[in-house]
Amino acid sequence: MARGLRWACAAIALALLLAFPLVVTKPFPRHVMITIFLYAMLAQAWNLLAGYCGQISLGHAVFFGTGAYTSTLLLKHMGLSPWGGMLAGVVLAVLLSQCIGYPVFRLRGHYFAIATIAVGEIIGTLMINWDWAGGARGLFVPIKRPDAWLNFQFHEGKQNYYYIALALLVLALWITLRVERSRLGYYLRAIREDQEAAASLGIPVAAYKQRAMALSAGLTALGGTFYAQYILFIDPESVFPTALSILICLVAVLGGVGTLWGPLVGAAILIPLGEWTRISFGGSGKAVDLLVYGALIMVVSVVQPGGIMALAKRGRRRTG
Amino acid sequence: MDRSSPGVLLDVRGVTKRFGGLVANNDISFQVGAGELVGVIGPNGAGKSTLFDLLTGFQTADAGEVLLDGHPIARLRPDEISRLGVARTFQKLKPFTQMTVLENVMVGAFQKTTDLARARREALEALERVGLADKAQAHARVLSTGQRKRLEMARALATRPRLLLMDEVTGGVDLRSIPGLVALVRELNAGGMALVVIEHNMGVIMDISRRIVALHLGGVIADGPPATVGRDARVVEAYLGQAYVR
Repeated sequence: MARGLRWACAAIALALLLAFPLVVTKPFPRHVMITIFLYAMLAQAWNLLAGYCGQISLGHAVFFGTGAYTSTLLLKHMGLSPWGGMLAGVVLAVLLSQCIGYPVFRLRGHYFAIATIAVGEIIGTLMINWDWAGGARGLFVPIKRPDAWLNFQFHEGKQNYYYIALALLVLALWITLRVERSRLGYYLRAIREDQEAAASLGIPVAAYKQRAMALSAGLTALGGTFYAQYILFIDPESVFPTALSILICLVAVLGGVGTLWGPLVGAAILIPLGEWTRISFGGSGKAVDLLVYGALIMVVSVVQPGGIMALAKRGRRRTG
Repeated sequence: MDRSSPGVLLDVRGVTKRFGGLVANNDISFQVGAGELVGVIGPNGAGKSTLFDLLTGFQTADAGEVLLDGHPIARLRPDEISRLGVARTFQKLKPFTQMTVLENVMVGAFQKTTDLARARREALEALERVGLADKAQAHARVLSTGQRKRLEMARALATRPRLLLMDEVTGGVDLRSIPGLVALVRELNAGGMALVVIEHNMGVIMDISRRIVALHLGGVIADGPPATVGRDARVVEAYLGQAYVR
């Protein structure tokens, strides 16, 4: 496809997405779209570290939770606007990511992934026991009325949340595109392919892994603050669980790791599927969505480990 | 000794490396002058690749010093040594298989620039030099061994090194490609680049090197012009056994 045509398609898609909440006013479809945007954005953040740089993290909920808790605690105790809290959450998540990355990046492959699970579990457990931050009971985000952009709270409808989530997704896509087309992107891919060859060409491997981690963690924290302001209640089980880390990973893997559109494609399939199983099976089928995810991942890894994006590419080569 | 070497570029002083009880490199000393082409020979297990790993920071020596332009580099990381102008290829080839040939070489070119267009231009130049320009858009995983070897050379050249360490130029390459590779090594050297070349093909190494360092069981057993080293009794013995030494 020619570059101009591709941009035209993207512009049309964006226009349709912008018009969506004006046409569809029911809360549920809007909620599904918001959730798709949120998970696509989280998966894209994960993709920067795991897809491009090859460092499979299964502890990204840590950064999500950091974003959610930082903005909520700052709002609750200091009355800081969640927008300021969002920035603070990003800063804290980036700092945390560097502290985690320093020891954990000494490990490679599966051992790295296992270590990130461990770090995620440790921090989740700490949060459960931290009374000042709500402990296991969690935190209610203080309700502010009336609706105002400054308060990052909209009780009248989901429309503004929709636009914020869309903006976060576009930001994640834009950052990924910039990374892909810069030296950073080439370096990250080289590190993913072969660390020794990368080092032999002058790439400070550890420093670039840390950069990818910082970028990924910061973006993930943005999503965390958004979640807190959208749901208005957070507890360790909803923002720090390993299950969330794994879902983020699944979304990207299904769509295609190391690609610009993969995470969005993955979210557009997996999130509605999750909502559908949740509704059709209700409380009786609490884990059915997980069964479906598991089955999907098995199919993807057997049929096409590159995800749906690789499948699409293969189809295009065959027809064109 | 060598007209084109006004100064010493690489100075290896008493380098020793042990892996448990095995002494892979034992008190190795030699020098490489600026613009010089030095061949390193020795039977399998003589310690040639370990020596390259020590010189490029992939292994740390247990004893001894490595000086580049008089500055110690033995404790530096591989990427730091690369940025000082020492490039290498690997015996076990390491292409970035999920990237195109051009992208592979651009990674090398990015050492000296952050500009995408300039990196692409320089990468194409490097591919031109190694005769792989027609494969620029191919994925690295589809290349043959000989082509992968050229790719690694192009990638190393794109970093614009002063010293290039090549681990086996002709190993695993089809016979027809050898003259081209040999010509390329000569051409690089003629352009002023210093090279240290590990090579098993005796005809090639004796032909291109102005000096040869022979290793055996981790130690240097001969260091001199090809003709002298080729007749050295210890070198012949190391390769062929006692029976052939007269």
